[in-house]
Amino acid sequence: MNLRRDVFQAIADPTRRSILLLVASQAMTAGAIAANFDSARPTVSKHLQILTECELLQYQQVGREKYYQLNLEKMKDIADFIEPFRQLWDARFNSLENLMKNPKNH
Amino acid sequence: MELKTKVKAEAGSQEIFITRHFDLPVHLVFKAYTEAQLLEQWMNTKVIRHENKKHGSWQIETSDPQGNVVFKANGVIHEFEVDSKITRTFEMENSGFPVQLEYLTFESMGPDTSLLTIHTIFKSVADRDNLLKMPFAFGLSMAHDKLQSLF
Repeated sequence: MNLRRDVFQAIADPTRRSILLLVASQAMTAGAIAANFDSARPTVSKHLQILTECELLQYQQVGREKYYQLNLEKMKDIADFIEPFRQLWDARFNSLENLMKNPKNH
Repeated sequence: MELKTKVKAEAGSQEIFITRHFDLPVHLVFKAYTEAQLLEQWMNTKVIRHENKKHGSWQIETSDPQGNVVFKANGVIHEFEVDSKITRTFEMENSGFPVQLEYLTFESMGPDTSLLTIHTIFKSVADRDNLLKMPFAFGLSMAHDKLQSLF
């Protein structure tokens, strides 16, 4: 498994989550994104690289500038935050069902 | 394949609907919810008090393997109808979450099948979203910890 491509690694970092929120409404250049953070420009570039490698961000080359934008398809993977909640209840109810199928509990 | 457990939580609403189809007669599902000794087994918790009646109260606590209490919850029962419904409040102690209102409906779907619906109402949309996200956030921090241990 290529860890770099793990979306959960990407969104575990608060700066990267902020970047995703920034580009949610419009495509932005690396410079415009970096202007929103106190971090050094190379640090922001590194974050952009990670987000691009795990496909949460896509970019379009326009002249010398790269415009970054959200990859909505990939965001769907993490947007489905209800699924772990459903699985938790499903596991609990499966336990209930197994327990009550035992005649000694009838 | 049809999922046995479903969760419906519309964006911007203060409610969650959990539905579950059981391969059990309705009275056995109700029994699992009301007998302390059974509840303890499938919920993996300790029942401190469970009064199955209108205006009765309930309290549970869960400990880690070292015996430290990691989760406590309590509430009051407002409606109690055998094999049919339980309406109760649910409060997680020391969690910052406001009290929730839960409507549990037990329906017979046949001699050996039943449907449980849990309709939960939250104080605000944000409270509901925070609760929904808890298992997701937990999975996320687990993934994060796993990655950190690699470095």
